[in-house]
Amino acid sequence: MNRGDKLNRGRDAGDGGGDGGGNGSGSGNRSDGNGDRAAGHALRVENLKVHFRGARRSPFRRPAVVRAVDGVSFQVGAGKTFGLVGESGCGKTTTALALMRLAPLTAGRIRLGRRVISDLDGEALRAARRHFQMVFQDPYSSLDPRKRAADIVREPLDLMGIGAPAERRGRALELFAQVGLSAAQAALFPHQFSGGQRQRIGLARALATTPGLIVCDEPVSALDVAIQAQILNLLARLQRDLGLTYLFISHDLGVVQNICDDIAVMYLGRIVEQASRAQLFTRPLHPYTQALLAAVPRMHGARDGGSRRARPARLAGDPPSPINPPPGCHFAGRCPRAEAQCRRESPKLRSIAGGHLVACHLVD
Amino acid sequence: MFFRNHAAVAGLALLVFILLFAFLGPALKPGDPFEMVWSPFSPPGSDGFWLGTDYLGRDIVTLMMAGGQVSIAIGLAAAAMSVVIGVAVGAFAGYYGGLVEEALMRFTEFFQVLPTLLFSMVIVALFGASLLTVTAAIGVVSWTTVARVTRAEFLRIRELEFVTAARAGSARDLYLIFRVILPNALPPIIVQANLMVGSAILFEAALSFLGLSDPNVVSWGQVIGSNRPYVLDAGFAVAIPGLAIFFTVLAISLIGDGLNDALNPKLRQR
Repeated sequence: MNRGDKLNRGRDAGDGGGDGGGNGSGSGNRSDGNGDRAAGHALRVENLKVHFRGARRSPFRRPAVVRAVDGVSFQVGAGKTFGLVGESGCGKTTTALALMRLAPLTAGRIRLGRRVISDLDGEALRAARRHFQMVFQDPYSSLDPRKRAADIVREPLDLMGIGAPAERRGRALELFAQVGLSAAQAALFPHQFSGGQRQRIGLARALATTPGLIVCDEPVSALDVAIQAQILNLLARLQRDLGLTYLFISHDLGVVQNICDDIAVMYLGRIVEQASRAQLFTRPLHPYTQALLAAVPRMHGARDGGSRRARPARLAGDPPSPINPPPGCHFAGRCPRAEAQCRRESPKLRSIAGGHLVACHLVD
Repeated sequence: MFFRNHAAVAGLALLVFILLFAFLGPALKPGDPFEMVWSPFSPPGSDGFWLGTDYLGRDIVTLMMAGGQVSIAIGLAAAAMSVVIGVAVGAFAGYYGGLVEEALMRFTEFFQVLPTLLFSMVIVALFGASLLTVTAAIGVVSWTTVARVTRAEFLRIRELEFVTAARAGSARDLYLIFRVILPNALPPIIVQANLMVGSAILFEAALSFLGLSDPNVVSWGQVIGSNRPYVLDAGFAVAIPGLAIFFTVLAISLIGDGLNDALNPKLRQR
């Protein structure tokens, strides 16, 4: 596929860190051909909306509605990694929770493989949960401090009644090995592990039911950089070995560039740009994406001097409130290039070229 | 871990001593606690009565043994009852929120605003003074603090990621309430339960003091209550059961503290 050499540079740095951490197979090149033997499921999200109703202040006024996720659609091929980036509060995590059916869906259709998981309910939903699991952001609060590591990992198996009770312990130890923990650590409590090890436990728990999709909600943002690389390499290796499909949520573009095949940029509950990794990083179209990329600190400032492009201005201000967003483009208030039309009409997400989607009036 | 906590071990030793005294003592020193055996107000140590005699000339040692059985049994049973009611109400209110929470917390407030002593007196007066009704009366008026503490902990813990993680692992509501959130909410509840045992023993003492406890059995509170008019002449008859209550409550508090630490994996040594 289309991967520029610039991208490989970014990945090499990450892989080096992983080898230093003794993570085993950090061989660098992710094979491109993992799509055909994928055990992962394709994910298709259509017009996902999650609105939260605020408290009713007075009986004469309608309660405020927070449009946390407001019409998000995307597709992830089986065995691929789809990145969702954006600043805090843009609805990334709510999207993840809605996909996991952990946040109330206001509207939308979620299709995983052949299942329409947005329609499931009650026991059917409980049974289907084994096919989609999640890795959480904060390894310090995502593990029950009162349970031993092995019990945390086997909890989904116990809850869903997968395998005989006697086999589950063996499965837990197998998962420990898979994520690079030792069997001797199975009886320890979460506080006896480091942040990276805790995230491995969280990952083992997510893998326990052999899901086809794993939603990773900022899985490395709470870890320091060397550990981040280890976990990213582990994720990549597991994807290669198990053919997993990932939805990878992050605010760190460097991390996303390292691991994602396709990337969507979210702003205030909507996707403003979506493209393959190469397209997004080499030719960002939306002014917001451009501003985000310009904000990434670079190591090669001096050498890039020759090919320096006109950098978009740094973003000022904050996103508008999702309670009463202004009409027109949500980004218009901060956009350096906004025109009169931007403040009137909300731009639709449209295809520009070769699957590159953007929601901006100024792009043609 | 528990046994490394010296205060907790001291509390346990103290409680064991009190229990042995109350439950095995009568075997070594049989006697009817109501029987008048000697002249009233004999001070401790006189004429072979280690703790003296009360205003009716009853042996205080025998009274303390029989009274201990009743006081400790009522204390534990009433505390257990208030913890069960309080945890159930608080857990469901805190977990479900919304209308369930509103209804349960208004219900709790209803019990909170009742004057507790008066309410329990009404219950005892209505249903007769027996050990069972006294225990129930104490349990029914004292669960509200447990409910509020439990609810507060549930409100905090239900938002933590490991609860969401268990839900992603398809945990049912009851599993989340009792297997995930409750174990993490236990420390303040255990502390509260401990205080509850002490206050239930004191509450029973208050009821006996007012003459509202079962007249057919003797409790520490009853000994205090019946000797109250003579406290200036024979203070020991009031002080001895008072000290017994004090040390029992102290022992249970120390044990509860140790238990709390022992149940916390973060404090547990490998």
